[in-house]
Amino acid sequence: MTELTELTVAAIRKGVAGGDFTAVEVAEAFNANVAAASELNAFIVATPEKAVEAAQAVDAKRAKGEDLGKMGGVPIGMKDLFATNGVQTTAASHMLEGFVPQYESTVSQKLWDAGAGMLGKLNLDQFAMGSSNETSYFGNVISPWRRKDGGNADLAPGGSSGGSSSAVSARLCPAATGTDTGGSIRQPAAFTGITGIKPTYGRCSRWGVVAFASSLDQAGPMARDVTDCAIMLEAMAGFDPKDSTSLDMPVPEWEAGLNPDMKGKKVGIPREYRMDGMDPEILKSWDDGIAWLKDAGAEVVDISLPHTKYALPAYYIIAPAEASSNLARYDGVRYGLRDLPEGAGLQDMYAATRADGFGPEVKRRIMIGTYVLSAGFYDAYYNQAQKVRALIARDFEQAWSQCDVILAPTCPSAAFALGDKTSDPLSMYLNDVFAVPASLAGLPAMSVPAGLNSEGLPLGLQIIGKAFDEQGVLNAGLAIEQRAGFTAKPEAWWK
Amino acid sequence: MSEYRIQGATGEWEVVIGLEVHAQVTSKAKLFSGAATAFGAEPNTQVSLVDAAMPGMLPVPNRECIRQAVRTGMAIDAQINKWSRFDRKNYFYADLPQGYQISQLYHPLVGEGYLDVSLDDKDPENTKRIGVERIHVEQDAGKLMHDQHPTMSYVDLNRSGVALMEIVSKPDMRSPAEAGAYVRKLRSILRYVGSCDGNMEEGSMRADVNVSVRKPGDEFGTRTETKNVNSVRFVMQVIEYEANRQVDVIENGGTVDQETRLFDPDTGTTRTMRSKEDAHDYRYFPDPDLLPLELDDAFLADCRESLPELPDAKRHRYENELGLTAYNAGQLTADVDVYQRYEAILAATAAKVGKSESDVATQVANWVLSVAPGVKNATEDADEANDTTAANAGIIALSAAGTVSGGQAKEIYEIVLKTGREPEEIAETEGLKQNSDTGAIEAVVDEVLANNADKVEEYRGGKDKLFGFFVGQTMKAMKGQGNPAVVNEILKAKLG
Repeated sequence: MTELTELTVAAIRKGVAGGDFTAVEVAEAFNANVAAASELNAFIVATPEKAVEAAQAVDAKRAKGEDLGKMGGVPIGMKDLFATNGVQTTAASHMLEGFVPQYESTVSQKLWDAGAGMLGKLNLDQFAMGSSNETSYFGNVISPWRRKDGGNADLAPGGSSGGSSSAVSARLCPAATGTDTGGSIRQPAAFTGITGIKPTYGRCSRWGVVAFASSLDQAGPMARDVTDCAIMLEAMAGFDPKDSTSLDMPVPEWEAGLNPDMKGKKVGIPREYRMDGMDPEILKSWDDGIAWLKDAGAEVVDISLPHTKYALPAYYIIAPAEASSNLARYDGVRYGLRDLPEGAGLQDMYAATRADGFGPEVKRRIMIGTYVLSAGFYDAYYNQAQKVRALIARDFEQAWSQCDVILAPTCPSAAFALGDKTSDPLSMYLNDVFAVPASLAGLPAMSVPAGLNSEGLPLGLQIIGKAFDEQGVLNAGLAIEQRAGFTAKPEAWWK
Repeated sequence: MSEYRIQGATGEWEVVIGLEVHAQVTSKAKLFSGAATAFGAEPNTQVSLVDAAMPGMLPVPNRECIRQAVRTGMAIDAQINKWSRFDRKNYFYADLPQGYQISQLYHPLVGEGYLDVSLDDKDPENTKRIGVERIHVEQDAGKLMHDQHPTMSYVDLNRSGVALMEIVSKPDMRSPAEAGAYVRKLRSILRYVGSCDGNMEEGSMRADVNVSVRKPGDEFGTRTETKNVNSVRFVMQVIEYEANRQVDVIENGGTVDQETRLFDPDTGTTRTMRSKEDAHDYRYFPDPDLLPLELDDAFLADCRESLPELPDAKRHRYENELGLTAYNAGQLTADVDVYQRYEAILAATAAKVGKSESDVATQVANWVLSVAPGVKNATEDADEANDTTAANAGIIALSAAGTVSGGQAKEIYEIVLKTGREPEEIAETEGLKQNSDTGAIEAVVDEVLANNADKVEEYRGGKDKLFGFFVGQTMKAMKGQGNPAVVNEILKAKLG
């Protein structure tokens, strides 16, 4: 029998439903992998008992002949940005260390309702701010991947959903939740050779997800292949009256609609994404992607997204501005860390609590955000950035007159070594250069593995679609997946 | 209106006043959460996860709060903005869980409107129009309690997130009296509309008072803002004090600082709360958790149709259709409780006596405005529950039919208030009826005149003022139950 932890979501679901193995067997197999992989630091908290409990419920349902649900018997990892009732939820911060919510996020609840179980809470960049997972208060996650150079350098799993990417690629879970504000699902997926989709803004409820930048934050699945992403996204998505920005639309049957035939479809190649000094291996994988989609029947067209170069600066104004306000609630008054020096007044308590509770990257973004919203700077920065955002959305609108989906690299490079970019925040921010435009425009975008570079590290291709057209994105992703034949996986050196 | 002027050493000064009134919206739930809003609940019992700003919580606008603010805007003839947006006002304080207040800076729900205020109860048509700049909706903060512990402050979040309307006037007022009239009129309209209970003691309505002074005709001076003033009298005191203080400052060679001040009701003075230099930078920006608020025509039509007859329209109708004096009409329509009581008693009385409302309107108005309150105030053990519409109408009907005198009506009402007995039964059992039987009265009059032949002589000799003596003797003989009109008539006839 195939090792259970090598199975995809679809295969686990089928095997459990068909009685090939029990959900509890699956949960225990993954629990064992989680326990053996502490070196990767992918989980902040493991919850093996939760996984088994959910699995027992699924097995019991099966015994009674009941429907097992979209994710029936599938244990997953939950990014520690989602509030989980009775289980510590930290956003990888000291500020929320020990915080145990008395409520369950809408997305996680939907997954449990669909028959999934929780293996644990996954590490991430602190408050989802980072691209390498090095800003976590609980230590960085290590990518299971290693360069072929024998140097054994610890690599970044990407961020902010780095616990999710590391855990999925290392077979600690078949799938995990991620959140994407400016690439936080797609970039880590690309770094670790897995698949991840950020749906249209509003598809997944933000209720119960610790907020980073409200107008950009969007949850999505991270899994080993496109089909698993379609299955899991269907379970996560849906209108939520508790989130005013939630889309009041039915959830399409993405899994049933999967179709890799690209005949009659046009794929846009944005010329502005072809930047000076780009890694030739990235360019090559992009060309591979173009060839694969042509092979699938698509017509490839050159398009222009003229405001692309303004996307990153606009993002690094808007996201910190929202974050500076969203994170104001962590003040030591009601929950989380309280640092109350002897004889301190209210202001001293704020200062001490926030100085201690937030890491340097979070502080940097709070300061940037506070600055760009300040009197006298608001128009020059925040308002200007909002105008740029509107122009970027318009770029895409115009592109849709020429194409159905857009193909581009997910990242400008393969995974870098931990510590490589920590001293230079700007070079770290540049990681998001291809991911951010779709975030600003609220569009669905996905990263699928395209192959390995000469160092043996995965590279990802990004597909950006029209608003609400996750199906088009998934289908193009499937077409690439079937031709890329990506089967590489990291050696389990941590075991 | 007479001009209000402050006599300074350098001449006359004019005061310029603008008010920002915060009115708590009447609704069962808070502006962005489902938590309850009742006043006086145990601390922290009306707090949802959203109100406590738990991680990942999101605001969802409460339609009823928006509806109430729109109705209020319509009641002051204001521009209703079909597209508006919520902004965050960022600052740190322990009573502000989110670290920001959700408010509306850039695109308020309601734009320009106005109120017509009168300074003379006798002449309610003589009004001054006070402009309203805008009405926006926003969240209230929680409450800090500093007296619960020697070194710590306690936080009560029951009020956190409750919906407020901030009603911002233009700087159109020129005297404490005008400001007082504006607040009273605004309160009256809010209570008519039902969008705020107007209870200033419980803090459901409070005003920030902006005051500046200038020589008449000059440009506006620098203003101060005195926060959270919670009665009409205090608003007027603040203006009086601030205007005089500012004149003193300027005339002594100083300049008025643009600052936020606090009112001390014990001393009637204001003091600096924070200066311009300490002013917060609120870093307003559109709340990314909320979509713009877009109102459709059906919603607006529903808001408009649900508006009641408003004070000015009602006052005009009372004058024109019911024939009330301007003063009475003004008094009866000033507050929702008063007009509701009046209209209920009026309808019941008209039905009882079988006449039209306009026929009994003045009598009921006099009863409601002066007679009944006089008796009630003098009746120590009055039970409010006994003061029913039916009882009031019953007494007025007895009086209108001539069955009871004015004095008897008051006596009956007093008994009603104490006991809840029926007016007709009281009149009967307590002998509180007047006698209009001409035959019986003639007999008594004959006897009085016979017993006082000397006085009759004097009267007929020209001592006219003895008439009152005969009336008194007759009434005394009838134990006060004679109908005075009939007694007068008969006496006049008999005395020739």
